[in-house]
Amino acid sequence: MTDKPIISLRGVTKIYGEGATAFQALKGIDLDIAQGDFVAVMGPSGSGKSTTMNILGCLDVPSGGAFLFKGRHVETLDRDQRALLRRRYLGFVFQGFNLLSRTTALENVELPLLYRGEDKKTRYDMGMAALDKVGLKPWWDHTPAELSGGQQQRVAIARAIVTQPDVLLADEPTGNLDSERSIEIMELLTDLNRNSGITVLMVTHEPDMAAFARTIVHFKDGLVERVDAGAGA
Amino acid sequence: MLGTTIILAFRAINRHKLRSFLTTLGIIIGVAAVVTMVTLGNGATAAVREQISSLGANVLQLRPGQGFGRGGGGPRPPDFKEADLTAIQNQLTGVRAVAPLVQSSGTAIYEGNNWSTTVYGTTSAYSEVQQWKVADGRLFMPEEEEAGKPVCVIGNTVRTNLFQNNDPLGKRMRIKGVSCQVIGVLSTRGQGGFGDQDDVVVMPIRFVQRRFTGDRDVSQIMVAVDDAYDTSTVQTSLEELMRERRKIKPGTEDNFNVFDTKQISDTLTGTTTILTQIVGAVAAISLLVGGIGIMNIMLVSVTERTREIGIRLAIGAVAREVLMQFLVEAIVLSCLGGLIGLLLALIASLAIAPLMQVPFLFDVKVNLIAFLFSAAIGVVFGYFPARRAAALNPIDALRHE
Repeated sequence: MTDKPIISLRGVTKIYGEGATAFQALKGIDLDIAQGDFVAVMGPSGSGKSTTMNILGCLDVPSGGAFLFKGRHVETLDRDQRALLRRRYLGFVFQGFNLLSRTTALENVELPLLYRGEDKKTRYDMGMAALDKVGLKPWWDHTPAELSGGQQQRVAIARAIVTQPDVLLADEPTGNLDSERSIEIMELLTDLNRNSGITVLMVTHEPDMAAFARTIVHFKDGLVERVDAGAGA
Repeated sequence: MLGTTIILAFRAINRHKLRSFLTTLGIIIGVAAVVTMVTLGNGATAAVREQISSLGANVLQLRPGQGFGRGGGGPRPPDFKEADLTAIQNQLTGVRAVAPLVQSSGTAIYEGNNWSTTVYGTTSAYSEVQQWKVADGRLFMPEEEEAGKPVCVIGNTVRTNLFQNNDPLGKRMRIKGVSCQVIGVLSTRGQGGFGDQDDVVVMPIRFVQRRFTGDRDVSQIMVAVDDAYDTSTVQTSLEELMRERRKIKPGTEDNFNVFDTKQISDTLTGTTTILTQIVGAVAAISLLVGGIGIMNIMLVSVTERTREIGIRLAIGAVAREVLMQFLVEAIVLSCLGGLIGLLLALIASLAIAPLMQVPFLFDVKVNLIAFLFSAAIGVVFGYFPARRAAALNPIDALRHE
């Protein structure tokens, strides 16, 4: 773990709507995330954790404050520049897996490489390597409908890591899985964090899952309530 | 970049084969309809032109009468005289050949075979005016013409029906109860605009006048114009000459008509061309409807695939790539539809042309235009849904159920 943070939020606010109906989701977030960290983000609904994750995932921009990603001011970037940032440095894992239906596991995993303009052989090699890493290489030609929930989430993780991103953002990755599959997914994430050096940011409301993280950030009412060290440290 | 989007488009189409097919059905039918209609229309035009040209190129037909095909009312205008023929030959410039014509119909008989046919009384110039060669035997000699000898040249249809496989030359057959000798057989001309052209017996005009019509009138004069002269100029001087000869006072209408076969041909082919265009335009509307069908399905597809678009955007697709994906998908769909439509049109035209008795003419231009048009429809009607897809907010798109 290096000392220089890969992500820095300084006084980040987010306001939805305008005028009387305006709602302030974030009221000034200050947060540093070090490279190689495994961060669990917790908090009740409406505490601002999802909004924060959207901003950290460069899907949304703050209304005020600064968001530095690898030293770049993301709040000044336009839509397409943020898309290119996501393409290059970020990987996403969602609660609902979000795989393309009627599309094989390999094709799903290859998708980010297509947008990177990689050739067919590179796509195949990297896609198979990523599937191998999540233990699904023999299932490469199965469509999501032919895979279990845990397997689908592994394919989603393979898709997120196929580009060898710096940061993996996981939004309740175990929310749709039973506890046994959940633990397998958490072990996979921990492995990727420890052995591939990927910084992992994960939203969860389950303390069992948060326990895998090195750092646990608690949100409340649009602010960071406290930062704990997790059991994974 | 383009390669990527084309791969993605084919994957998306492949994933929804039935829907893709139904989407393109409008384009398929549209293109097939337009190309089939225009191909058959062109064939019909060519057929009409072919039929008219069989009347003889650059031939002016002079007939008594007033106006185009108007009968009744007032005394029948007089027929022409032999002197008119001589006058046309001697006084007009630019005349290649002149032939008189009197028509009669009757039954031809040879050894128990009966055949009802048309008898043309004319001179040997008929062959030159009509550019119709004698295939076998000879035409009548000037002295046979002069004397009105009972000789005849028969068309191929008459030959096969009366003589079957026997050589008709020198045989005597009876026509309208009068015996005559076959001296020649005309070359085959086939079906014309006015029925079977080979169903004819050509005889010296003097004979027909004496034995069948009973007077020395000429009901029609055919004037072949020399290629070096302008047909309309010759037509004008012909009209002037005839007004003079028929003593028509200035200001009164002609009591004869001059038909330019080229003019008739142009008018008729013009009509079929316009019909082709109208039918083609109606078919083009169906192509447009097909385009709207594509837009409709693409819009539904964008809504249905909102989450997919969200995933793509989250993964790092820029707006232009999403736009291109959906646009290329629409274009690929419409181009595939266009190609299938062209294929169907080819099959349909090949099947229908013989039934309509028109030639099948493959028109590269029509096929190319129809294909490009279908591609253009993909661009136009695919752009709006594609832009909608590209403008989606990734967060909302990912949450979309």
